[in-house]
Amino acid sequence: MRKVVRGFYSIAYSVKLCRPNVIAAYPITPQTEIVENLASMYANGELGECEYVTAESEFGAASILVGASAAGARTFTATCSQGLILMSEVLINAAGMRLPIVLVNTNRALSAPLSIWNDHQDSMILRDAGLMQIHVESNQEAHDMVPVAFKVAENHKVMLPFMINMDGYKLTHAYEPIDLLDQETIDEFLPSYDPPVYMTTKNPLTFGSYAPPQYYAEFRVVMQNAMDRARKELENAYKEWAEITGRDWGGHVVAENVEDAELVAIAMGSLTGMVRDVVSELRTQGKKVGLLKIRTLRPFPIEEVRKALKNAEKILVFERAVSFGHEGPVGMEVKSACFGLTPEFYSFAVGLGGRDIPREEIVKIIGNVYEGKVEQGFHFGTVKPFEEVIV
Amino acid sequence: MSSRMSFFGPGHGACPGCGLTIATRNVLEALEGKCFVANSTGCLEIVSSQYDRSAWGVPYIHSLFENAGAVAAGIDLALKALKRKDEGKVVVFAGDGATADIGIGPLSGMFDRNHDVIYICLDNEAYQNTGNQQSGLTPPGSNTTTTPVGKLLPGKLGKKKDMVSIAVAHGVPYVATASVAFHADIRRKVKKAAEIEGAKYIQIHTPCVTGWGIDGKQTIESARLAYETALYPIVEYENGELIRVRKIKERKPVEEYLKIQRRFRHLFTHPRGKEVIEILQKIADENAARFNLDI
Ligand SMILES: Cc1ncc(C[n+]2csc(CCOP(=O)(O)OP(=O)(O)O)c2C)c(N)n1
Ligand code: SF4
Ligand SMILES: [Mg+2]
Repeated sequence: MRKVVRGFYSIAYSVKLCRPNVIAAYPITPQTEIVENLASMYANGELGECEYVTAESEFGAASILVGASAAGARTFTATCSQGLILMSEVLINAAGMRLPIVLVNTNRALSAPLSIWNDHQDSMILRDAGLMQIHVESNQEAHDMVPVAFKVAENHKVMLPFMINMDGYKLTHAYEPIDLLDQETIDEFLPSYDPPVYMTTKNPLTFGSYAPPQYYAEFRVVMQNAMDRARKELENAYKEWAEITGRDWGGHVVAENVEDAELVAIAMGSLTGMVRDVVSELRTQGKKVGLLKIRTLRPFPIEEVRKALKNAEKILVFERAVSFGHEGPVGMEVKSACFGLTPEFYSFAVGLGGRDIPREEIVKIIGNVYEGKVEQGFHFGTVKPFEEVIV
Repeated sequence: MSSRMSFFGPGHGACPGCGLTIATRNVLEALEGKCFVANSTGCLEIVSSQYDRSAWGVPYIHSLFENAGAVAAGIDLALKALKRKDEGKVVVFAGDGATADIGIGPLSGMFDRNHDVIYICLDNEAYQNTGNQQSGLTPPGSNTTTTPVGKLLPGKLGKKKDMVSIAVAHGVPYVATASVAFHADIRRKVKKAAEIEGAKYIQIHTPCVTGWGIDGKQTIESARLAYETALYPIVEYENGELIRVRKIKERKPVEEYLKIQRRFRHLFTHPRGKEVIEILQKIADENAARFNLDI
């Protein structure tokens, strides 16, 4: 069913079709409308065998899902920014307990200064948490990735939380025509949750045990193994999705025009569209540029990234976050995939805290790097002249 | 194997005489093991849930220090959604620090939404797992590592937080205190709580041998003295109404309770000790009057 809807609705509708058992959430801009829509579906009896609660905080919401997931329920929440960071202790714990909680993070900047606008600082800080993480470019992709997330998170070879990152406002509040999925398609794709172990009086087990040094390391090794297996399982799910729905979003990465490219520009999320557009235009002008869209951030698709960049003379990463004291986080990931290769490396942090990213800025950055007018390394995009007060 | 063996232990590593294990066993027995346990980080968790040697014979989860109330709420929701409520009751075991300090937000949320959960606060009056630091439920005068006795200060200043009133103010259907000095009373209260739908709060006084500085054989005696001095009133509320208290025959002066514990011993020598003992006696007198404890 094709309908013009906003991003938050495309998520809520997809979550409903995935037949969750427990949804716990807490409002935060610009995520709120996702849970408001779910709350309204719940109020109208449209969520089936599902309990929906508004928690007292994001910390509480995530903790509720830990209990619910351990007891065998399919669980969902959505948050962003301060809410995600408040959840972080719980999400890290849930990953260690191998609970397949699915969440949508509507990427938003972190305070201070307070900002309700989009960048990727929030999810980047959870990079090492043990969550699978993907970034989507459009609301259709967001809509489609919800069932994929449940399928892979709950896959017995994986059993890890799954976070879908979608850009706050830019996607959540945008109207787009969406092909809304139907229940049959989802039921065919996503079996009901069949936990390998769960809390039941029929077989009393201990969850969240304490591990002294003689045990701890093995638990962490199996998390890493699960992430490694998730590479394949996620790729399979992407493929199966394309077969069932006819919508192929590609694999962990989507590489366009990279084979002969001198410069490959790298982007994630909603910015990708604009970068693609600029790259295509430069191609028509005969410039040898390509695009690498990174979809999966964790597990990091190191092989795919390396393959896509193996011929590049220049790599240019559009960052949406900063690792203060170092550089942009995506660049760090990309460089690790290129170890031993010797391309020139450039990265630009753009659109921090929702700063507009004009097309001309992307054109200018790519053009300057292509023509060798910029120094290698990490840069910020355009900022206004200012004076530092604390120096 | 006795039923007590199968619900909790053998194999826990608590100090001999620890009040926590006595309370825990009584709660589990009252529920006949038909329960789901959510436990906060703390002494009980550490002594019972080590990987490969869990002492728990019931489904058990430990997530974090400050979220057991919310984790239990999640189990309650899952059992509802999956139509498995008949499998058993959801029970929290949480320390006084987890309850009254760091986890009070999630606990308040659980109360407010009135989840069908029996929340047991195991009150050993400090952060014992980490070596006796003060909590909101540490009584005044107590010598803890973060309220140490010094030339100026006589241990903790301030009050023991009134968690019972906080629970009652949430409008939950059942709130009670209990003590490891009275096993049958713990069991009766837990059984009663299990019959009531909604959030239940039971705060059990559980002496800590190490932190309080008592002999392992003095656990019950010190818990009993806390009750007999009216420093730990044993009360029961249903739907916000005080329905029952455990009356005291011949109320003892607080010194009798204080003098057997190392955490209070300085009060008999410190320049400000007398002042603190007077404060404690005043608290006991007020408890006795408020709950009409004296026979
Ligand atoms: C967020 C967080 N802060 C601090 C700690 C350290 N910590 C673990 S248990 C504990 C004290 C537990 O006290 P209480 O809840 O009273 O339980 P007890 O051990 O006394 O039974 C502390 C401070 C922690 N695990 N997590
Ligand atoms: S330190 Fe105290 S609370 Fe902890 S096990 Fe020992 S006696 Fe029990
Ligand atoms: Mg304690």
